[in-house]
Amino acid sequence: MVLCHFKISPERTEAREKIPLHSKHCWSNCIVTSKYNIITFLPVNLFEQFQEVANTYFLFLLILQLIPQISSLSWFTTIVPLVLVLSITAVKDATDDYFRHKSDNQVNNRQSQVLLNGILQNEKWMNVRVGDIIKLENNQFVAADLLLLSSTEPHGLCYIETAELDGETNMKVRQSLSVTSELGDPDKLAQFDGEVVCEPPNNKLDRFSGTLYWRDCKYPLSNQNMLLRGCVLRNTESCYGLVIFAGPDTKLMQNSGCTKFKRTSIDRLMNTLVLWIFGFLVCMGVILAIGNAVWERKAGSLFQNFLPWDPSVNNFLFSAFLSFWSYVIILNTVVPISLYVSVEVIRLGHSYFINWDRKMYCSHSNTAAEVRTTTLNEELGQVEYIFSDKTGTLTQNIMSFNKCSINGHAYAVCGDDTLMKGTSKAEPLDFSSWNPLADGGLCFYDGSLLEAVKTGDLVAHEFFRLLSLCHTVMSEEKTEGALVYKAQSPDEGALVTAARNFGFVFCSRTPGTVTVHELGRPVTYTLLAILDFNNIRKRMSVIVRNPEGRIRLYCKGADTVLFDRLHPCNHELMNITTNHLNEYASDGLRTLALAYRDLTEDEWEEWAELYRGAGRTVDFREDRLAAAYEEIEQDMMLLGATAIEDKLQEGVPETIAILSLANIKIWVLTGDKQETAVNIGYSCKMLTDDMTEIFIINGHTVQGVREELSEKPKNPTSPTSLLESISGEFALVISGHSLAHALEADMEYEFVETVSVCKAVICCRVTPLQKALVIELIKRHKKAVTLAIGDGANDVSMIKTAHIGVGISGQEGIQAVLASDYSFAQFRFLQRLLLVHGRWSYLRMCRFLCYFFYKNFAFTMVHFWFGFFCGFSAQTVYDQYFITLYNIVYTSLPVLAMGIFDQDVPEQRSLEYPKLYEPGQLNLLFNKREFFICITQGIYTSVVLFFVPYSVLSHATQSNGIALADYQTFAVTTATALVIVVSVQIALDTGYWTAINHFFVWGSLGSYFTILFVLHSDILFSLFPQQFNFLGDAQNTLKQPVVWLTIALATVICIAPVLAFRFLKVELKPQLSDTVHTLLFHQKKRKPGGLSLGRLGRSGSHRSGYAFAHQEGFGELITSGKNMRLSSLALATFASRHSASWIDTLRKKKHGNIQNTPILY
Amino acid sequence: MMASSYSAKEEDGHHPGASGAGGAAANGRKPDNTAFKQQRLPAWQPILTAGTVLPAFFAIGLIFIPIGIGLYVTSNNIKEFEIDYTGTDTSSPCFSCYQNFSWNSTLPCKCSLPFSLDQPFESNVFMYYGLSNFYQNHRRYVKSRDDSHLNGNLYSLTHPSKECEPYAHRDNVPVAPCGAIANSMFNDTMELFFVHPNETRSQIPLKRKGIAWWTDKHVKFRNPGGNGDNLTAAFQGTTYPVNWHKPVYELDADPENNGFINEDFIVWMRTAALPTFRKLYRIIEKKSSMTPTLPSGNYTLEVTYNYPVHSFDGRKRMILSTISWMGGKNPFLGIAYITVGSVCFFLGVVLLLIHHKYGNRSSSPDIAS
Repeated sequence: MVLCHFKISPERTEAREKIPLHSKHCWSNCIVTSKYNIITFLPVNLFEQFQEVANTYFLFLLILQLIPQISSLSWFTTIVPLVLVLSITAVKDATDDYFRHKSDNQVNNRQSQVLLNGILQNEKWMNVRVGDIIKLENNQFVAADLLLLSSTEPHGLCYIETAELDGETNMKVRQSLSVTSELGDPDKLAQFDGEVVCEPPNNKLDRFSGTLYWRDCKYPLSNQNMLLRGCVLRNTESCYGLVIFAGPDTKLMQNSGCTKFKRTSIDRLMNTLVLWIFGFLVCMGVILAIGNAVWERKAGSLFQNFLPWDPSVNNFLFSAFLSFWSYVIILNTVVPISLYVSVEVIRLGHSYFINWDRKMYCSHSNTAAEVRTTTLNEELGQVEYIFSDKTGTLTQNIMSFNKCSINGHAYAVCGDDTLMKGTSKAEPLDFSSWNPLADGGLCFYDGSLLEAVKTGDLVAHEFFRLLSLCHTVMSEEKTEGALVYKAQSPDEGALVTAARNFGFVFCSRTPGTVTVHELGRPVTYTLLAILDFNNIRKRMSVIVRNPEGRIRLYCKGADTVLFDRLHPCNHELMNITTNHLNEYASDGLRTLALAYRDLTEDEWEEWAELYRGAGRTVDFREDRLAAAYEEIEQDMMLLGATAIEDKLQEGVPETIAILSLANIKIWVLTGDKQETAVNIGYSCKMLTDDMTEIFIINGHTVQGVREELSEKPKNPTSPTSLLESISGEFALVISGHSLAHALEADMEYEFVETVSVCKAVICCRVTPLQKALVIELIKRHKKAVTLAIGDGANDVSMIKTAHIGVGISGQEGIQAVLASDYSFAQFRFLQRLLLVHGRWSYLRMCRFLCYFFYKNFAFTMVHFWFGFFCGFSAQTVYDQYFITLYNIVYTSLPVLAMGIFDQDVPEQRSLEYPKLYEPGQLNLLFNKREFFICITQGIYTSVVLFFVPYSVLSHATQSNGIALADYQTFAVTTATALVIVVSVQIALDTGYWTAINHFFVWGSLGSYFTILFVLHSDILFSLFPQQFNFLGDAQNTLKQPVVWLTIALATVICIAPVLAFRFLKVELKPQLSDTVHTLLFHQKKRKPGGLSLGRLGRSGSHRSGYAFAHQEGFGELITSGKNMRLSSLALATFASRHSASWIDTLRKKKHGNIQNTPILY
Repeated sequence: MMASSYSAKEEDGHHPGASGAGGAAANGRKPDNTAFKQQRLPAWQPILTAGTVLPAFFAIGLIFIPIGIGLYVTSNNIKEFEIDYTGTDTSSPCFSCYQNFSWNSTLPCKCSLPFSLDQPFESNVFMYYGLSNFYQNHRRYVKSRDDSHLNGNLYSLTHPSKECEPYAHRDNVPVAPCGAIANSMFNDTMELFFVHPNETRSQIPLKRKGIAWWTDKHVKFRNPGGNGDNLTAAFQGTTYPVNWHKPVYELDADPENNGFINEDFIVWMRTAALPTFRKLYRIIEKKSSMTPTLPSGNYTLEVTYNYPVHSFDGRKRMILSTISWMGGKNPFLGIAYITVGSVCFFLGVVLLLIHHKYGNRSSSPDIAS
């Protein structure tokens, strides 16, 4: 590895000279994201554009056309569309680049304070150099990748927010080396003359290695010492940093490579077809060239009296060779340049419709749906697999205290405000009227509980007292009376807030006390011990002494654990509570049981001794503490149970149900634990009790996983070859460590085999990388279109991997949104995105492509037939202007209008009949077969369009006796017939005639005739006789009844078979969309199929126990008071963010865990 | 299309990171509730039902069959007579001309062909010459002309377009009219004689004007220096095409029909679309309402055989035809209309049967979603 190596010396200029340059090392902090400047724009942009194969191809054609012997078409037939396309793209690129310039300038001109010659001076960002020492102040952006030298906080700590970098909104802590942390003021810093050796610039955000040599000592540097560009300094007055990487070398810039360009399957199909068409074109060219050779030899050579060979083309073989190229030019219109442009325009139109959709607008967060990649729309209509994140995507990451059972009495009907709105007029309780400290957020509808508290029900008091005491929440009183809680898990926050609303307001804590306002009366409890939570214990307790001196232990935990430790006299209450808990669990709520135990002073003293002893030991400390806890958490008295709802996003179960009906398989990939994930699976109806079996794969070893996987086919209900028909019956839950084995090459196939029979798959405890791997696997093995939806930085990899990435905006950060192709605020919008917009996009794109290929084959193949009658001389059938304008004026707009506005069934129907989505998944509307049908139809049309005028006109005369079969009349007749036939065809294809469609279809016809008459007018001829020599042709031709009879005949011959064929298709093999359409047509009001998606209860218990997103270790931090000072500062600034106050302790405690891949929620 | 995941703007505190309203510029604006943006534009949604498709087929049938019959009858009423005077057959009077004639011959070769008309031609009769196997639609042929030149542009007259090559200059003198089309102008002359029963011949007057498009005659083709009298002067400094025997200003004695505006020339310059074509040559106008224009009887066609077709196996024909509102004889159109109409009608019946037998399905669909 090449290392970067440089010295820092007090003198700036000197420093730069001394530093041995790494060859690619960049010293300037100036960043350039723009691609062009005024001078380079034209050449560079053109160069880039001609890297597109299509553009080069058309340029090649243009060059061919400049060779007079080959030129079968005037040069402008190609150059007009080409220039049009190039200039539109160039304008777009120029605008983009202009904004890039602007933002570059803005960023480069930001001010930062640089230590120069011992004095702090303001410098623009772009003037900051590697080796400079700069000063950062609170809430400033970090200008470059810095080595933190010192900060105003104790121990050289400083806090940064990395939302711009990795999307995580929580604050991270960075610490300077202890040796440099003393360098607090500019004078001392100016004397700093260390030497840094570090790794070369790279894009790993979480890793840095280097060494600082200073005063003959070596100090290792890690990511903990680095402030990366793009971070924001928070909660730190100021700090000093040494610039290590600047400008393009910064990790932020290193991470900003070109994103992988996603292509849709239609794109790929289209490219294949275009290649086929090129092959076809070459075949046609060869056939015609052979024809030319034969003709020139047999007829042309004899015809030389009238038409001598060109001196340079003196034999028939060379003539055939040239004729091949001439025909390539003429026939190239089978793939006009406008195809790609039109496709992009249509996609852009669809994207705007998505952006504009009010039904995908979330008024709550004031966010409209946004299409970030406009080139994928039609693939939204073909999705087969959805991979969803859980937290923030399916759930709101809001816990609400929903129900509780106190002393055998169940309270709260329902806390789900969305359902309440529909079902009853109950008003949420108004807490603030009697409790000034209440938090407005809670919606609780059961007044009897409040009554119970008010009337002094002691158990209820004890219940809420427990909730207000037994937790690890930190509080902060920002202004008088405005309490803000910082809970490390939202569940805890919900419980404490609930207690607060019922009059037990947790106010503040010190390491040894907890102050609670009990029904308006401040009470301070002495906190004797916190018996912290861990995954094995599944409970936590506190031991407090109340002002009267009574010692009590409060415990909350999973019912299964807690019920074993109750006093026997609770038996009856336990049964009632268990019933309640089952009820809650069946609703998908997270449950906790609460209990207390009174302790005598002696008991406490005795246990405290044990506890202290356990705490002091070094070996097996955890185990001994656990044993100590076990000792005291006995003979408890049951108070009741709480039920917390992990609030699903609005409409999640309904959306999942509809998407499943549309044959879309939904996978949940979450970092959460298995219990939580399964719980959510039930509550959003992915898992149901109707399922035959839910496989749970939880093996830790390769062998274990293999066994678990291979067990599945042995299931008696499913034969070894698992059929699609039974696929609805199974679900699979697999954990991250098992998944790691299952994704290995040798087990991959087995795994895919198993999951493909499962209707629902839940992967829990997966890392971001695994999320991407799972999608990669499905993409590879199932050849299906995948969609990933997520909201956090941990979803970025899967969003980028999937064919379509959807980001939930307005939640965790913007990283997922930035990586996504589509973003909106709510999961439920997905059904609209797929079933309405996606379906329409797919349908429109398919109809567009079918028609587009049809119209160009019909147009172009006429030349082929004419070739047989004009000595294969590459004479065109039509006027050159017609060829130029056919694709860009006469036929472009109607098909664009269809491609943008067409609808087969109204949007409500596509939601009511999700099966309408299936044709997209099966790729039925545009595939190779459909393509062949289209081009066959096109070729048939071209035959009719050539041979009908041929048969009619060859002998016909005008009504004044002048022969009609002159070339110009033939050209106008054929062209007019063609325009009319393709217009009738688009009229047939258009299913949704808006005013715009009418305007375009009639307008195109109108423009054809207008332009025809203008081009054939006297005026243009008199100005340019050479170019407009079709003078008078339009009027002479179009006034002949025979011409119109010919056109009518050709139109009917072209259209009637299509009409009959389509009619038969609808009659004999109706698609669902036809049927729905017909139904609507007959105005039959049918109720949609029963989609009753209410909250169906479920039998059996899937209770989640202590399903907290909870980490152990916080109890100890509170009692030691380590996090108190920090939290007060942190909370003042970051009220709304959790876990901010835990940085310090986390850092210390979890330092060893950093190497492990963190599980992200 | 080119997407860079980094834009400096993103770094630029625009994003309310924590409240996280997403990174969209379009954010925070509720989309307008217009029918256009919400895709609720009022629209007509035609669908193919038995009620629309079947009547359409019957209607097409019912419209096309009568039209076809009408066309067929009209076409059959038109009298047309065609005679091949190429002279390929040894028995043909023109055989010797066919054999011997080439462009270089200076002496005109004459031959006369007798023919008889069984039926009288009542109204105006149009006389055509027809050529076969002549590729007037060949690309190099079609473009070998200079419209500016033909429009009387003085500069173009002496500087013919390159397209005219190799017929642009002859011995470094510009050719007028230039180009392959003009060079190969059809130059047979035909005269028609009515052979009275008493073996005397009377020449039938042939009108040589009114055979070209009005726009061609009056706009597209113009003599240089206006259509003045002194055409010889106007064409000073040019020479006539190599295959011609006389300069362009000697095509006709009538100044209104001479030079570039000679109608025979204009007709020839309007190139044919297909290798077998006919061009209007002369018009025989109806003299009186009492006698037919061409009564039935014997005729002689006197041909001055100037145009060699032997080299490329071409054929030359003379056609006499009357005219109706739809032009000349055209049996194809009538037959095609009758056929298409019948097929549509038949299809309509078949579709009706199918609809009755199977069509009820669609009214009771299985929309099990």
